[in-house]
Amino acid sequence: MYPRQFEYVAAGSIEEAVGVLAANPGAKVMSGGMSLIPMMKLRLLSPETVVDIGRVSGLDAIEDKGDYISVGALVRHGAVATSAVIGEHATALGQAASWTGDPQVRNRGTLCGALAHADLAADTPAAALALGMTMVAQGPNGTREIAASDFFVDSLMSALSPDEILVEARIPKRGGGSAYDKLGRRGGHSDYAVAGVASWVAMSDGVVTDCAIGITGVGTKPTLAVGAMEALRGQGPDGIAAAADRALEGITVLEDLYGSEAYKAHLAKVYTRRSLEQAVAAAS
Amino acid sequence: MKVSMTVNGRLVNGDVEPRTLLVHFIREELALTGTHIGCETSYCGACTVHVDGEATKSCTMLAVQAEGASITTIEGMAMGDELHPVQEGFWERHGLQCGYCTPGMIMSGAALIAANPSPTEDEIRHGIEGNLCRCTGYHNIVKSIEYAAAKARGETPPPADWEEAVV
Repeated sequence: MYPRQFEYVAAGSIEEAVGVLAANPGAKVMSGGMSLIPMMKLRLLSPETVVDIGRVSGLDAIEDKGDYISVGALVRHGAVATSAVIGEHATALGQAASWTGDPQVRNRGTLCGALAHADLAADTPAAALALGMTMVAQGPNGTREIAASDFFVDSLMSALSPDEILVEARIPKRGGGSAYDKLGRRGGHSDYAVAGVASWVAMSDGVVTDCAIGITGVGTKPTLAVGAMEALRGQGPDGIAAAADRALEGITVLEDLYGSEAYKAHLAKVYTRRSLEQAVAAAS
Repeated sequence: MKVSMTVNGRLVNGDVEPRTLLVHFIREELALTGTHIGCETSYCGACTVHVDGEATKSCTMLAVQAEGASITTIEGMAMGDELHPVQEGFWERHGLQCGYCTPGMIMSGAALIAANPSPTEDEIRHGIEGNLCRCTGYHNIVKSIEYAAAKARGETPPPADWEEAVV
């Protein structure tokens, strides 16, 4: 099963890759290729030009920058899942990466690639929302920062312009605790999320002082559960159940092959409660 | 486009279209047909090879992306007549029925025990999550990889189910 024919450019730098994108409307950027290649094989997408950034040096590091953690464009899911600094400061992201795809996919697929792909049922976007991550996009006019809450625009659509590349994801070190939990399409944590919820909470004297909850799999895009977040602030752990009941405020639940609207709505609340319980336990 | 890579220790060259998938290059240009094509949508894992030591679905990688890489396929696992421990495990513990998924399963199993020499049953089951088998129900595949891990550690593998049953 071959993709349609295309021009292949192995970029030596991000500047070169951006130049190719700008000069070739419809060109697509590839890092691990774990989403792009299957889409091209299924002919859901047939770009005339593919710009491979997989050989650009200096983009494969996870670095502790003091008040934030930097994840470069070519950092694989497997590296995110096993990173000690991410495990300590961004538990939800490490868990989401460890349950993305399968071992072969995690060996080649990248965090930034998955975020830019913006699949409505991918795991790491939920963690990006809950952890308040910042996306660094590079285009013809330099770089700009995009908050995770502004990044996921619609199904398979991010806030990146066609000539921009996501070169780095930044995770602020905000303290507190975080967790991700999901029901996968193949049961347990396997495969894309039927419903997946990442939570981050900050606690003081047994009370949630701040929190963020990212939900994936149930709506048209990974979304912040603003109703549940509002309900939980100022509450103790016994406020979790009531907050979880408001998980779907502002979210249109989509029925799909993996569950009815009612089932997915139920799951979203269950997994909101579970991920909040784990995040609160981690923060306490 | 010109590509060159090392496959099973041999430097190979080719002239391919950019859309040529690594699995097509391996099977059609190099005539190494042990690597199988199953689903072609990156689910089934029958096409799994090692790229620079890491288990990779060769149907979801372009041959041109493998420029300069070191590839190991199922044909590169045995040392002459001596089977790789995972191959021996599949032989000794009946890890296959039709055999279609077997090359990919062996490549995933070998990568798993290289990274984790003493995997638990749970770790083995999750370690082969990217490989589908439609015959065995996975039970004997897990046993085969347990056998191989013990063998690779220099230990005596646990007895087979049917040996326990006889006792």
